[in-house]
Amino acid sequence: MAAYAPDAGGAPGAARRQPPAPAQPPAPTPDGGGPRWPALDEKGLPVAGAATAALIPVMTRICGAAGVVSDPRDLRTYECDGLTSHRTAPGLVVLPDTAEQVAEVVRACAAASVPFVARGSGTGLSGGALPRSDGVLIVTSRMRQILEIDPVSRRAIVEPGVTNLSVSKAVEPYGFFYAPDPSSQVICSVGGNVAENSGGAHCLKHGFTVHHVMGLEIVTPDGDLLWLGDGTGASPGYDLIGAFTGSEGTLGIVTKIVVKLTPLPEAVTCLLAAFDSTSAGGTAVSLIIGAGIVPAAIEMMDALSIEAAEAAVHCNYPAGAGAVLVVELDGPAADVETDRTAVRQLCEQAGAREIRVADDPAERARIWAGRKSAFAAVGRISPAYIVQDGVVPRTALSEVLAKISELSASVEGVRVANVFHAGDGNLHPLVLFDDSIAGAGQAAEEVSGQILDLCIQAGGSITGEHGVGVDKSRYMTKMFGDDDLDTMQLLRCAFNPRNLCNPGKVFPTPRLCGEVPGVRRAPHPAVASGDVDLF
Amino acid sequence: MSAEIAVALAGTGAVVGEAGPADSVAGVAPACVAYPGTVEQAAGVMTAVAGLGMTVLPRGSGRTISWGPPPACCDVITDMTQMDRILEHASGDLVVRAEAGVTVGQLAKVLAEKGQRLALDAHPGATVGGVVAMGTAGPLRLRYGTSRDLLIGITVVRPDGRVAHAGGRVVKNVAGYDIGKLFAGSRGTLGLITEATFRLHPLAALTTYVTRDYADAATAAEAVLAAAASPLQASAAEISRPEPGAPVGAGIMLEGNASGVRERADRMAGLLGNGAQAALEAPGWWGQQGEASAGPVGGTLVRVTFWAAELRRVLDAIDAVAVDAGVTPAVNGSAGAGVLYISLDAGEDADQVAVFVRALRAATGHGRADDQRALARGSVVVLTAPASVQASVDMWGPVPGLALMRAVKRQFDPGGTMAPGRFAGGI
Repeated sequence: MAAYAPDAGGAPGAARRQPPAPAQPPAPTPDGGGPRWPALDEKGLPVAGAATAALIPVMTRICGAAGVVSDPRDLRTYECDGLTSHRTAPGLVVLPDTAEQVAEVVRACAAASVPFVARGSGTGLSGGALPRSDGVLIVTSRMRQILEIDPVSRRAIVEPGVTNLSVSKAVEPYGFFYAPDPSSQVICSVGGNVAENSGGAHCLKHGFTVHHVMGLEIVTPDGDLLWLGDGTGASPGYDLIGAFTGSEGTLGIVTKIVVKLTPLPEAVTCLLAAFDSTSAGGTAVSLIIGAGIVPAAIEMMDALSIEAAEAAVHCNYPAGAGAVLVVELDGPAADVETDRTAVRQLCEQAGAREIRVADDPAERARIWAGRKSAFAAVGRISPAYIVQDGVVPRTALSEVLAKISELSASVEGVRVANVFHAGDGNLHPLVLFDDSIAGAGQAAEEVSGQILDLCIQAGGSITGEHGVGVDKSRYMTKMFGDDDLDTMQLLRCAFNPRNLCNPGKVFPTPRLCGEVPGVRRAPHPAVASGDVDLF
Repeated sequence: MSAEIAVALAGTGAVVGEAGPADSVAGVAPACVAYPGTVEQAAGVMTAVAGLGMTVLPRGSGRTISWGPPPACCDVITDMTQMDRILEHASGDLVVRAEAGVTVGQLAKVLAEKGQRLALDAHPGATVGGVVAMGTAGPLRLRYGTSRDLLIGITVVRPDGRVAHAGGRVVKNVAGYDIGKLFAGSRGTLGLITEATFRLHPLAALTTYVTRDYADAATAAEAVLAAAASPLQASAAEISRPEPGAPVGAGIMLEGNASGVRERADRMAGLLGNGAQAALEAPGWWGQQGEASAGPVGGTLVRVTFWAAELRRVLDAIDAVAVDAGVTPAVNGSAGAGVLYISLDAGEDADQVAVFVRALRAATGHGRADDQRALARGSVVVLTAPASVQASVDMWGPVPGLALMRAVKRQFDPGGTMAPGRFAGGI
């Protein structure tokens, strides 16, 4: 377990952009019992790691010696997820093999009032699996069995550590696939997908993780093991599956997932259209949607991201294009053929200077190569970059892109390359900077944040698929009011009242669950203003 | 109406009326009906009611207000039909934002002007708030899911009068918890839905129904499941059997561009076998007897859900227990999606209906006591029934995750203001 993940910042001791965060002071837990910090140093201050160290014997009993990581060097393997700018080595790592072990681990943490964080493959991009130095990191990567495939019911039951793509591979012989396909699908886990409600390029037509999860076995923050839903998609009672999916690990830990399987499309075709500008590409998108066509995916790249992709993978996109649009259509053969003709015409109408069509998998892969390489490829044209994730209404794309362009032009040393899921308005601006120049990182960070402001102003969202995690919790108040956030916290309090389960994520400030929300703490505005008289 | 309520509600700006006999819900008579016209008025009503320690039952069209167990108590009905504005139809974004009292028919008309639709089945008179609160769905659930799958944003008034929003007006959005999903199907027990934002779909250029009658349930089940699993992109896969032992009608709905649908209809007819026919009109039984139709007046409507592979076993079980219980159930529903509706005539004996429901739970294995460690794989829920039936059968049956549902209810509605007693487990 001493190996360092390749994306986790290289060899031990390598220069990092940000030092590991210091131990966090304990969060207030009004109703939390038991000692939180059993050991104190000579100044009477808590010793980081002491509480988790005390758990080593019980965790070893539950998970076996091979399932517990406590050596400080090994713990650093887990200090970050896909968002490497936030790092904290966990107090202790456990690698359970079964749902029962997860439940026992959680019960042990709850009994000791030690916070815990779940981690799948660690590919998340918002720091949702950022560990706590005073807590236990529960890694589900050993739970990777596909337990059941029922092709007639179009369902499969998988463990949380199963990788996304391996579900599709396992069900392909039966004529099905698992539709959500985040770009990291080769490595990302289904459990992580549930936590983040992952999307992917094809969610425009096929929907997000929440549309494909029919049942969840979870361990509650108290350590209870139970099922939400029954696998049918029509389970009676509150839609706790819908509430849990996308809760970023703050409501519990998923231990089994019933997923819906989708029939493999008969035909898949891919068009690449080159335009002079993203604005012309945007016109093509509007025409396609306006014609009542729902492609599986519509992706756009601007000139800078094309340049990067070209440098990295020689994707041979049309030279000199200001934007390329990749449109993928899937479905029954005759429908796809008709739509392909229509999409082609609409792209021409929008001023496409070149259109390529690919029907077979190898040709399609060549078209997708540039798009799929885009994030990593900007490394070829910039020493450092930030990947942003924001959403705007599709019709506001051109306007927001123009503003992003103005914004980047106004800041010295910062460039923005745009790669986005154009069909659903999900932008992935790549903010490029040179981290050897003092202040450049800060400037890039500010531009990145201002892009989110533009998204909110346009009526969009601060995240379309990467999640809030630790990275964006400070932006939540820009999108939601106090009452909105308070209402979300009611759900958190129902599942996770002691806030031991992935604390510090999603919300800018914790809410104390001891309060009784039904009691009015302030008069209703209508009463306060004198418009309403209660008695 | 007591003077106390009258005074409290008078200042909210909402129209308030004395409740009449027609406002009673399953025999429970409210004191008054409030008709808020704005979110602010709705918040004022909720604040006033909570201040008096009284209870609220939200109402849309009232078409299914009597479904489910009767409210334990109902002082004020909050009628949402005055909030009937379509606030925004962003056709280029395939998104619509509407007040809760907008009817499905009203919405469909406006959306159709731009070639769009809300892809779920509901009675044209139903309100969008009611559709979300009831989790209404019909045949289209196979392809488009239910209201929870199409809802992308929501505004609610909490029992304490605070107004909260969740989601937004973009389809792709993972910021914060999805409170909308929690409210979808919550039957008014968590708060008052005042606005809903939905993702839309284009109206299909052509819709075709491929149908066939089957003499035996086994062949019908096999054909419908093959259709649902085929790459021919069925939008719905329904069956209808008017009484035990009768031939089973199967119908597959295909939508899309004209040439594609025609070609698929031919292939689908081949898949369903000899005698299959394609038509532009839905068969007469399509979507009847379900949540989206009027339902059997005065009778009992039961929803059975299951993993689709169990379809034939479920049909056989319905036959077998119907004989034992001495009732004549009609079966209709989204067989391909694992959802069937069973209607029992108002003339059936209440005790026999109760025996039927209990026996069906046992036969399908969905009647076990709450074993939260086992995956249930289905349910038998009585959606509506005469009081005499309700008296001797648990309408909801076992519900996975009930303890957490109670915890959610306690957080959202600690005072028990909202529709008490109507939900699973007495919530």
